[in-house]
Amino acid sequence: MLKKLLSCVREYKKPTLFTLVFILGEAVIETLIPFLTADLVNDIKIGSPMSEVLKVGGILVAMAVISLSFGAGAGFTSAKAASGFAKNLREDMFRKIQSYAFQNIDKFSSSSLVTRMTTDVTNVQMSYMMIIRMAVRSPLMLVFSSAMAFYMGGGLAMAFVIAIPVLVFGLLMIGKFAMPAFRSVFKKYDRLNESIEENVRAMRVVKGFSRENYEKEKFGKAAEDIRKDFTTAERIVAINMPLMTLCMDFDMVFILLVGSKMAIADASINIGQISAMITYGVQILMSLMFLSVMYVMVTMSLESAKRITEVLDEESTLHSPDNAVAEIKDGSIDFEGVCFKYSETAERYALSGIDLHIPSGATVGIIGGTGSSKSTLVQLIPRLYDVSGGVLRVGGRDVREYDLQALRDAVAMVLQKNLLFSGTIRENLQWGNETATDEEIIEACKLAQAAEFVESFPDKYDTRIEQGGSNVSGGQKQRLCIARALLKKPKILILDDSTSAVDTKTDALIRQGFRTYIPDTTKLIIAQRIASVQDADMIVVLDNGTISDVGTHDELLIRSDIYREVYEQQTNGGDE
Amino acid sequence: MPKPMDKGRPPMKKGVLGRLMKMLFRFYPVMMPVTIFCIIFSSIAAAIPDMYIQKVIAIITNAVDNEIPWEQAKAEVMPNIIFLIVLYVIAIAAVALYSQLMAFITQGCLNKMRQSMFKGMQDLPIRYFDTHKHGDIMSYYTNDIDTLRQLISQALPTLLRAGVVVITVFGIMLYYSFWLTLLIIVGVIIMFMVSGKMGGGSAKYFLRQQQSIGKAEGYIQEIMNGQKVVKVFNREDKCIEQFDEINKELQNDSYKAHAYANTLAPVVMNIGNVLYVLVAVAGGLMVLWDGFVNFSISGMALDISIVVAFLNMTKQFTGNINQVVQQFNAVIMALAGADRIFTLMDEEPETDEGYVRLVNAEISPSGEITEVDHHTGQWAWKHFHKAEGTITYTRLEGDVLLDHVDFGYDPDKPVLHDVSVFAKPGQKVAFVGATGAGKTTITNLINRFYDIADGKIRYDGININKIVKSDLRRSLGLVLQETNLFTGTVMDNIRYGKLDATDEECIAAAKLAGADDFITRLPEGYGTLLTGNGSNLSQGQRQLIAIARAAVADPPVMILDEATSSIDTRTEAIVARGMDKLMEGRTVFVIAHRLSTVRNSDVIMVLDHGSIIERGSHDQLIAQKGHYYQLYTGAFELD
Repeated sequence: MLKKLLSCVREYKKPTLFTLVFILGEAVIETLIPFLTADLVNDIKIGSPMSEVLKVGGILVAMAVISLSFGAGAGFTSAKAASGFAKNLREDMFRKIQSYAFQNIDKFSSSSLVTRMTTDVTNVQMSYMMIIRMAVRSPLMLVFSSAMAFYMGGGLAMAFVIAIPVLVFGLLMIGKFAMPAFRSVFKKYDRLNESIEENVRAMRVVKGFSRENYEKEKFGKAAEDIRKDFTTAERIVAINMPLMTLCMDFDMVFILLVGSKMAIADASINIGQISAMITYGVQILMSLMFLSVMYVMVTMSLESAKRITEVLDEESTLHSPDNAVAEIKDGSIDFEGVCFKYSETAERYALSGIDLHIPSGATVGIIGGTGSSKSTLVQLIPRLYDVSGGVLRVGGRDVREYDLQALRDAVAMVLQKNLLFSGTIRENLQWGNETATDEEIIEACKLAQAAEFVESFPDKYDTRIEQGGSNVSGGQKQRLCIARALLKKPKILILDDSTSAVDTKTDALIRQGFRTYIPDTTKLIIAQRIASVQDADMIVVLDNGTISDVGTHDELLIRSDIYREVYEQQTNGGDE
Repeated sequence: MPKPMDKGRPPMKKGVLGRLMKMLFRFYPVMMPVTIFCIIFSSIAAAIPDMYIQKVIAIITNAVDNEIPWEQAKAEVMPNIIFLIVLYVIAIAAVALYSQLMAFITQGCLNKMRQSMFKGMQDLPIRYFDTHKHGDIMSYYTNDIDTLRQLISQALPTLLRAGVVVITVFGIMLYYSFWLTLLIIVGVIIMFMVSGKMGGGSAKYFLRQQQSIGKAEGYIQEIMNGQKVVKVFNREDKCIEQFDEINKELQNDSYKAHAYANTLAPVVMNIGNVLYVLVAVAGGLMVLWDGFVNFSISGMALDISIVVAFLNMTKQFTGNINQVVQQFNAVIMALAGADRIFTLMDEEPETDEGYVRLVNAEISPSGEITEVDHHTGQWAWKHFHKAEGTITYTRLEGDVLLDHVDFGYDPDKPVLHDVSVFAKPGQKVAFVGATGAGKTTITNLINRFYDIADGKIRYDGININKIVKSDLRRSLGLVLQETNLFTGTVMDNIRYGKLDATDEECIAAAKLAGADDFITRLPEGYGTLLTGNGSNLSQGQRQLIAIARAAVADPPVMILDEATSSIDTRTEAIVARGMDKLMEGRTVFVIAHRLSTVRNSDVIMVLDHGSIIERGSHDQLIAQKGHYYQLYTGAFELD
């Protein structure tokens, strides 16, 4: 997992390496500084000539300058490396997601993908920066300081021999108990935020049912529960404060007590050494502290790392074949014994035994109840999913032989859950054709019965669409989506219940336009209104994932019970 | 090049920190002072030992210089060390106490903030949610609360602690020598200037990074939501291109923010190192200089042990200032977060000046209404007349009247003009018209999601402004076009309509809505867990559950806003039977595109650009051969 993740460092290996070198330099100098300050103190104390004091002082200032340069250098390179690493992770994830097939997309919820690309990446970025700055520095400082302490202090270093194990043990215990506590509380926290989001979204329902107080109470309980868990976790972590203070204070007392005896009784140590020991003591304990913080942070971000690699590891289930065919001859569609299920483990086939032959240029209506797999059927055509059995041919060739992009360029599909993106109307329409001229855009809009309302906006085609298309009505959105699909000049046009919010009159006008202006395009129309399909060349009645009947409106009225039932319900409902 | 930052965001209000502190004290009037006392005490206890350390070192120096034997020196050393130990023990206790208290206070405070945000939010009018992005509202609960956690649990104690240490050490310094103190002050000023400059840069980029993250998040969210559209249009490469740009920008801001922040510590610490040398040299010179006169509170002459003490204090000073500086970003970001949270809390809640309440009632055959406290299936409006001090009851029947109503979401842009609608109890009233004609707006007004600009709406003859909002809404069943379900079982979701409904009641409601059939076929039946707004169900199935949810509430009036738009007509035919039963004896407002849905209504209102242009039954309107006739037959005419 980490290997995969670290391979995203790429061009930021260099700043990473520089960081390590800078930090190494800084750490070396930082350990030398107390050594020299001890000298300085001694020089002053024993009344050395001023020139000696100035010399040591000069060296110290020089060291401070070097240390500063190293420190600043590391600050910049580590920021560069970590932010670059994060950028690469986001980039790779985004690219990967773009390569996903529908089946992969179904696996992740879009909100989880957003979290993975933002919060999780930020966590990893912070950990990475921490690691390259501290992972070298802290152990190094620990080793240096300990070495110096033993070298200078001799017996006094016993203070650390006692304090370090106590601290390490304490920190490990804190980590052991705090980590699971945090992990579980963060999960709860996520759930709490999800439920807030749900509440915000459903505010009309909450208020409509006067459930404000109920929601408050529910939230209050959940939040209180989280407070308890969070407090427990934080209290465990808070133990390290007194523990740390205890160890430091113990060192101080030990050094003073033993040190004074050593200095006075047998002069085995001098004053400068005693104060240097105090400094080293602080350094040693601080590095341990940093290590423990780092340990906690890294373990916490491991969870994020795991979620990121899940995205990166997911392989698209659909690929263009080698030597792919790039040209789609015509808009004919042939299903031969096609069956399909959404996952291999699914028990039930969403489609089975589909045999259907659609000549190029035909208009086909598809009718069926909720869950009859109408959308599933048409999604196989641009190869958004692969058939589980049988063969699906477009333009006379198996769809699996085509280049995916070429196939999807030839098959325009207006999805049931259609979306506009933030940007102008023109920009949205250009999704269909990057280089569409104004004339082409207007023509497509006219065909989709969108031109009239677009031109009634003050900014016309430059009107901005808000995120999710919230500033146009449902029917307008559907018409713009149809125009967008038309701009592709497709060989096959699929409308998956795309005029449900459009009034019947406009709906009819749109279909009439299709008939007149794009006669050679094969048109598949999924609809709930019989009126939307009754003039089609053939109408497919789907029931429970199988084709129940195929025929024209008149034929089906005679033959198909389902079709007749729907028809009667829609035309005579009021006269019962 | 630096762009103008924070454009469009109102400047941070003053006094955010003060308000936050006030809140902390109000929440924890005992714990807060105790904590602060402990922090101050332990900080002083951390600063004082230096004096004793210097004392011990002076004793040692003296002993070594004058070759005093250990036994004799010990008598001098020990009392100091014992004092030190006592001080330490108390300090550790204080640290232990305050760090535990802090954990308590932080989480307690966040919890209270969260609760009051959420409670305040529940009382906000629908307008607020219609005009604010949900993502923005969410970030109050996530990002902004998180920055506050950092502020309360880390930044504030650190600042207090460091401040106390600096002041204490400063006092001790003055006790020993003015001159050396002056030198240190100069150094500290330089330190602050440099770090202030860098910290400012860092904070600027941190805020900018926050914005970039928001931008990237918005883009990712949009594309992830529309990923299938992206694929269908082969737009992958174009999206990658756009994202790369946003991503690069984010990296750049993030890099700068962290680069400045990372450099702060080395800068401060090394200025500290230089200061250390300067103090040593200056101190040394002062000691050597015969004619030097030391000014100090103690009046002591400057000697080596004082210089040594100063050196240590210099370290402490710089160390603590470094800690203060490190909190810079956290403080700035948290204050910005707190400011946003307070803005949410300060939003005007939905007002409710209603006083007419909905009560359970028993109605005698003679029509006399008695208020009871148990569910009878009959309801009455309890009308309290202030002037006479009397109470009258009106039977809840479901008579709704809109009388010359005008309304606009934006006062300058009217949406409805002079709309009048009468719905007698048990009538089914349908609204038909193009999108944007104002159909949904009417329902928004009846349940007072929005208040009308002019005219009157009466419910059983009572002006709805006089009815307590929650009671008004309780009497109106609402099924919306956009179905929102909650995380929980199917049963829980249906029960949302009536919290004390039994399982049997819920199942009966589901049967009525025609939802029972598919629910029982779900893996766990009514116990099936729904997550992510019921994403494991089809849109039509979600609508059926929403209808069941409204049915279980058994309201006298129902509003169905495109409630069956995603149910195919075949299923709808099945649902229709249930719906008919559901609508029996209730006043129902129906909005639908599909004319088959509205055909059997008692009255159909045809809306166009905010006005009712036709009204009548299906047959009347067809006979009228007007707008409705065209709508209804339009599809066929064109063939």
